[in-house]
Amino acid sequence: MIPELGHFALIMALCMAMIQSFFPIAGAARGNVAWMSLARPAARVQLVFLVIAFSALVHAFVTNDFSVVYVARNSNTMLPLIYRISAVWGAHEGSLLLWILILGLWTFAVTIFSRHLPEQFVARVLGVMGLISIGFLLFILITSNPFLRDALPPLNGADLNPLLQDPGLVIHPPMLYTGYVGFSVAFGFAIAALLGGKLDMAWARWSRPWTVMAWVFLTLGIALGSWWAYYELGWGGWWFWDPVENASFMPWLTGTALIHSLAATEKRGVFKNWTVLLAICAFSLSLLGTFMVRSGVLTSVHAFANDPARGVFILILLGIVIGGSLILYAWRAPGTLISSSFKLFSREMFLLVNSTLLTVAMSAVLLGTIYPLIIETLGGKVSVGAPYFNSVFIPLMVPLVIVMGCGAWARWKSDEWNRLWQHLRYAVFASVIIGILLASMLSGHAALKAALGVAFASWNILSTGILFYTRMRNGPDLLTTLKTQPRSFYGMCLAHIGFAITIIGLVITSNYSTDLHKRMKPGDKAELSGYTFELTAIRTIPGPNYEATDATIRVWREGKLVTELHTQKRVYGVRDMPMTEAGIGPGLTRDLYVSLGEPLGDGDWSVRLYYKPFVRWLWLGALFMACGGLLAVTDRRYRQIRLRATDPQAVIAGGAPAKI
Amino acid sequence: MNRYLIPLAVFVFLVVLFRIGLNHDPQLVPSPLIDKPAPAFTLPSLREPATNISSTDLQGQAVLLNVWASWCVECRNEQPVLLDLAEKRKVRIYGFNYKDTRAEAMQWLDRYGDPYVQSAFDENGRVGIDYGVYGVPETFVLDRNGIIRYKHVGPITPEVLNEIILPLLNKLDHPST
Repeated sequence: MIPELGHFALIMALCMAMIQSFFPIAGAARGNVAWMSLARPAARVQLVFLVIAFSALVHAFVTNDFSVVYVARNSNTMLPLIYRISAVWGAHEGSLLLWILILGLWTFAVTIFSRHLPEQFVARVLGVMGLISIGFLLFILITSNPFLRDALPPLNGADLNPLLQDPGLVIHPPMLYTGYVGFSVAFGFAIAALLGGKLDMAWARWSRPWTVMAWVFLTLGIALGSWWAYYELGWGGWWFWDPVENASFMPWLTGTALIHSLAATEKRGVFKNWTVLLAICAFSLSLLGTFMVRSGVLTSVHAFANDPARGVFILILLGIVIGGSLILYAWRAPGTLISSSFKLFSREMFLLVNSTLLTVAMSAVLLGTIYPLIIETLGGKVSVGAPYFNSVFIPLMVPLVIVMGCGAWARWKSDEWNRLWQHLRYAVFASVIIGILLASMLSGHAALKAALGVAFASWNILSTGILFYTRMRNGPDLLTTLKTQPRSFYGMCLAHIGFAITIIGLVITSNYSTDLHKRMKPGDKAELSGYTFELTAIRTIPGPNYEATDATIRVWREGKLVTELHTQKRVYGVRDMPMTEAGIGPGLTRDLYVSLGEPLGDGDWSVRLYYKPFVRWLWLGALFMACGGLLAVTDRRYRQIRLRATDPQAVIAGGAPAKI
Repeated sequence: MNRYLIPLAVFVFLVVLFRIGLNHDPQLVPSPLIDKPAPAFTLPSLREPATNISSTDLQGQAVLLNVWASWCVECRNEQPVLLDLAEKRKVRIYGFNYKDTRAEAMQWLDRYGDPYVQSAFDENGRVGIDYGVYGVPETFVLDRNGIIRYKHVGPITPEVLNEIILPLLNKLDHPST
């Protein structure tokens, strides 16, 4: 009964989405206020139905209702409760349901935080988001119904893929999807602006917090995915340039470009066409990511779970959404007036270079991702791997890092080389010295790469630091200045430093990690990078739905015990799938990482030992970036708009955005 | 040309590419076993634990070797196709019961029908590794000399049966040259 209720709620949500898109968009075109005012209630009711549908599926998982095919394929009575819940988005149908639920939540957020916006504009934004919702609801209902029943239910389910039975995977997909789908708001704003023919600075101001918020979620989602791969896949890798990762990385790169381009459009009214194109691209790439992951066009982990009809359906959906918006863009964008000019050497220029570099980097990733497909179409087989991506991507990041350091310093409209040099020369000198020192201290062929990377990162941190220091020094007294600086300034500093931290982690861990594969039995010792790893015991431990072989490894350094690690080989009963649980001794400057391999007979085991310096910095940097984004979103000017909106006068005058 | 149309042109190119890409069946993972002798095995029979089935028993006539399990939901959809094939077209189908328990497997056969001449019982999946089984169901077509001629991953649909497997069996049974 409850699954049918969920199915019904989905159909009702579809009806609501139709109301939410047709009446407001038509109303906005005809100036019909009553039609436009349907947008908010329709969006809210749609969310209620989506929540009902989602809860119904959660209920089916929690109560082990194996008559629902999707539950039978992805759950099992032995599965712990938390994973029964996360199994809801463990496969295709449920993850789409999560996607659409998150879209509903973002739409709901727009209905709440849009009181200061003109009614016509809000109607168009919600209408566009409703159209996206219609597309995905149809997709679910026609090709991927998660509530499908089986007349002859199996006694027990096929269990969740053991790879997904992990706390990281409980939160990674919702986080990533929140980021992906969040760009739909920026997309809605862009399309609404194009529809209304008013691509102005106000549009950029309204889009900015939404874009940054989506970007924050996407940043966290990608970082979580990378962290999960690191500790769960059992061989210490953290980024593989595989199509699924690239699918999340491309919207991130575009989103980053969009955030910076929006800043220029908001403050100076420049690059409007470019910014609106980036907004369309960021969401289009999110959709493309969904398509590539879901259609199996590029990879297919479980090929027969993919239905070609689904691929065709998403492709048509993509064609309508992206193709339609690009046609609208080609039609409406040329008329946009440029409202101000700027000199070649100015903050505008730096921001333009930044967003161009990011877009080129995104295109390089896109090309690498679809290149196998191009070749296959021509009749060959090729696979593009890390060497391509590293050799194309890293050279693009170098100028980006250099520009980052200058861009935050440069003034709008026009600036002087001399002024910048006055302020930044110490940062230049210091980072060069750091680089030279590091290159002379380190050894091996990787020394130059590592020294260069750290020097660039130092340049970034130092220039941000000097900027911060100068601002503080120019204020009346430290405390007042600290208080009066806008949060967006702190956010920018934090995010830029976070980027530098990630670079440091990246160059050091990829150049100085060491590893050892060894045949060991209890009592054996092995040396790696100054640490002594001692395998002390191997035991068998039963888990809730698996059997584990647990190895205890003690790590010593200069005679002192550093840590005791546990690594497990688990065999999950239902799918008979072996999994490795790595044992990790985390640290700010190094991780010690051990994983248990295969039994080799005579009580011997193959054991892999890794020493990974600075690997935590990768994710620490991402955390900084996300916190920076959060600070920027909570900036005073956005909160003031909200306060103002509660004032009835402001609602009436809503068309004229407050100048802050 | 209007430069504002460039993004659209790029996108149209991508769509065409993806449309062609969708036609490339990812199930056509070229198996390294094609045109090689089927890996040798000796396994107990599912119904008679005392009797062994070995890979040589499959020789002498073109046969299908169908990998199945009671825990496999897709296998249920495939079973009517296999039953029809065994009954009406007299194709010899050997079952390969993969990572299963004897009781559950026999119960499953009683419920969904048994099209197999015999089923080999690969309890721990060791032989499955030799055959490169990575998803159930999978079906191998073997010729009279025990050479693997075709491998299908996923349930056999009537289309796959009529367009690929039956013509292939026909050719193997009546070599024209």
